[in-house]
Amino acid sequence: SSGGGPQGHRSYQQKNLEGYVGFANLPNQVYRKSVKRGFEFTLMVVGESGLGKSTLINSLFLTDLYSSEYPGPSHRIKKTVQVEQSKVLVKEGGVQLLLTIVDTPGFGDAVDNSNCWQPVIDHIDSKFEDYLNSESRVNRRQMPDNRVHCCLYFIAPSGHGLKPLDIEFMKRLHEKVNIIPLIAKADTMTPEECQQFKKQIMREIQEHKIKIYEFPETDDEEENKLVKKIKDRLPLAVVGSNTIIEVNGKRVRGRQYPWGVAEVENGDHCDFTILRNMLIRTHMQDLKDVTNNVHYENYRSRKLAAVTYNGADNNKSKGQLTKVDTVEGISPLAQMEEERREHMAKMKKMEMEMEQVFEMKVKEKLQKLKDSEAELQRRHEQMKKNLEAQHKELEEKRRQFEEEKVSWEAQQHLLEQQKLDASRYTLPNQKKGKNIDSFNKAVLNVLCMSLQH
Amino acid sequence: MWGSTLLGYVGIDTIIEQMRKKTMKTGFDFNIMVVGQSGLGKSTLVNTLFKSQVSRRSSGWSRDDKIPKTVEIKSVSHVIEEGGVKMKLTVIDTPGFGDQINNENCWEPISKYINEQYEKFLKEEVNIARKKRIPDTRVHCCLYFISPTGHSLRQLDVEFMKHLGRAVNIIPVIAKADTLTPEEKTEFKQRVRKELEVCGIEFYPQKEFDEDMEDKSDNDKIREAMPFAVVGSDKEYQVNGKRVLGRKTAWGIVEVENPNHCEFSLLRDFLIRSHLQDLKEVTHNIHYETYRAKRLNDNGGLHPISSSSDTQESNL
Repeated sequence: SSGGGPQGHRSYQQKNLEGYVGFANLPNQVYRKSVKRGFEFTLMVVGESGLGKSTLINSLFLTDLYSSEYPGPSHRIKKTVQVEQSKVLVKEGGVQLLLTIVDTPGFGDAVDNSNCWQPVIDHIDSKFEDYLNSESRVNRRQMPDNRVHCCLYFIAPSGHGLKPLDIEFMKRLHEKVNIIPLIAKADTMTPEECQQFKKQIMREIQEHKIKIYEFPETDDEEENKLVKKIKDRLPLAVVGSNTIIEVNGKRVRGRQYPWGVAEVENGDHCDFTILRNMLIRTHMQDLKDVTNNVHYENYRSRKLAAVTYNGADNNKSKGQLTKVDTVEGISPLAQMEEERREHMAKMKKMEMEMEQVFEMKVKEKLQKLKDSEAELQRRHEQMKKNLEAQHKELEEKRRQFEEEKVSWEAQQHLLEQQKLDASRYTLPNQKKGKNIDSFNKAVLNVLCMSLQH
Repeated sequence: MWGSTLLGYVGIDTIIEQMRKKTMKTGFDFNIMVVGQSGLGKSTLVNTLFKSQVSRRSSGWSRDDKIPKTVEIKSVSHVIEEGGVKMKLTVIDTPGFGDQINNENCWEPISKYINEQYEKFLKEEVNIARKKRIPDTRVHCCLYFISPTGHSLRQLDVEFMKHLGRAVNIIPVIAKADTLTPEEKTEFKQRVRKELEVCGIEFYPQKEFDEDMEDKSDNDKIREAMPFAVVGSDKEYQVNGKRVLGRKTAWGIVEVENPNHCEFSLLRDFLIRSHLQDLKEVTHNIHYETYRAKRLNDNGGLHPISSSSDTQESNL
């Protein structure tokens, strides 16, 4: 990375060279290598539709990124906020730049714009995540940098101040990406109105503690003067145009009104040239550096500090290394302890729940068994009753039978008695005795027969 | 009905003069409402229209005031006089409209206000002992400010005009028209008009209220030119030896009353010089009557209220 000699340490001795060694050629070597590699830059544009975003992008890069075949975000009416990327490769003077423009069509256009910034945040985070993953891989040969390096936020030229949506968006994104607020369609305002508007916006930005992109101080006095001039004109009021108009014999980019031509590249008319120079010619690398050193590092440390006890094992299996930052020391460990405690608590809870379920099941089973036992008991009783009833019945029958037997015997006895009585009276007639015997026998038979009945 | 030719000069035509004298004596009310997001130049335009500092901004409110969290209705009245005719002009401002992150139903306070004015008038009308001249606070005209994006109407614009187009005369205007080049202006206007047609939004002058062929042809011309792309200003500059109202930019001066620069003069002539009375009449004869009929039908007839007691009406 950049830098010249020893940084502030007085312990290094400066030695004078006795001849030409040749390492002054280092910057050239770096330059050549970079040129061969080519550069990448990702620029995000955010703002309501109709603020001239596409026109400005076309003007900035002097190319028709958006045209009638591929219209800009305002022509693609969306029901919800989308995040779309378009890539273009521009070449100039042997240097190759892979430019990615990230659009947000639909931002701020609905009646209810709550959370319309969320897709933007998600996009930026996902790019950081991709970079983090590719950084942690074993094979790091190909490491494309798709992180969003700069976000141009377009403010509508109301002349009053920031809208609640502007404030909310910037507050949520100023720690994730370099925000450069721009006043769009600046030809709506007179110079005095513009001045007042800019002051009001900067006041509100400070009031809400929004951290917009800051131009770095350099050691060079001249450069610092320029930087200060830029800072005084923040936020930059821009005008974009793709049409070329002739003014005083010169061909310039501008907008033709009945009362005059607003020239895009005229410093008195708007701050477009400042924006272009700053964005492309002087501070492109710094934007990338700040993204890498500040925003990306913020993301990374937050992500890694949130690594859980279990998460560590999971990540290892995915082939990623999780570095516990020893400088931060206590917080990741405390975090792990916290996670462990949580885990134990969860386990305990699950255990209790299972016990409860088990108890319940046992109760149910017991109840069932009881019920079936009662059922069996009941049946047993029933059968016993039946048996007893039958027994009684039989008893009854037998008693009846006995009674009949007794009565029949009594009758027999009576008959016998009658026979005896009858034979006493007819003794002399023994012949008749036989006959009486047969007569008695016949009577007996008749009696038996009637008894049988 | 047979007509008879007059045998001499009777003097019936002096009735116009008599009416004029009466109107001058009594003066009249005009209530205009301005609706649109903050920063679209509403106050400036109203000041320019009536050539005096009649807007809320001039009456103490400063530009740095915070945007209110909900839509507020603030009205300011002034009496202005011209040629012996006195007009009580009330400008009703709606700060906070469309400025929040969530603008769902932000037209409801406005709708409520408009209906409240109709209700007030209805109550007075229905009184047994009526006032000689019922104070008219009804909104005669609603100027809706469209943001000059150059693309199309915003969802909020469509929603507002759909909900309020049947209750009040809406006149859409394209605000801060000095943002658009002439080509962009024409394209934008066409697109806006088509969108209004597609959504079924009727702005003033409504086609259905044209009374005769003459009205229709006049109004057709106006409808073709609407929405007017306007610029407002209360500062004067010297242009070609004349003092004109305008805006001075680094590349030229935008003259407000120059028809080549913007359509402010068209709007002013339409609003004040030709259709002012018609706006009031449409409001009274059509919008107010619609409201009244609905109220009477819903309530099963309103009973006349004696002026001493003011009973609360049932809510709408």
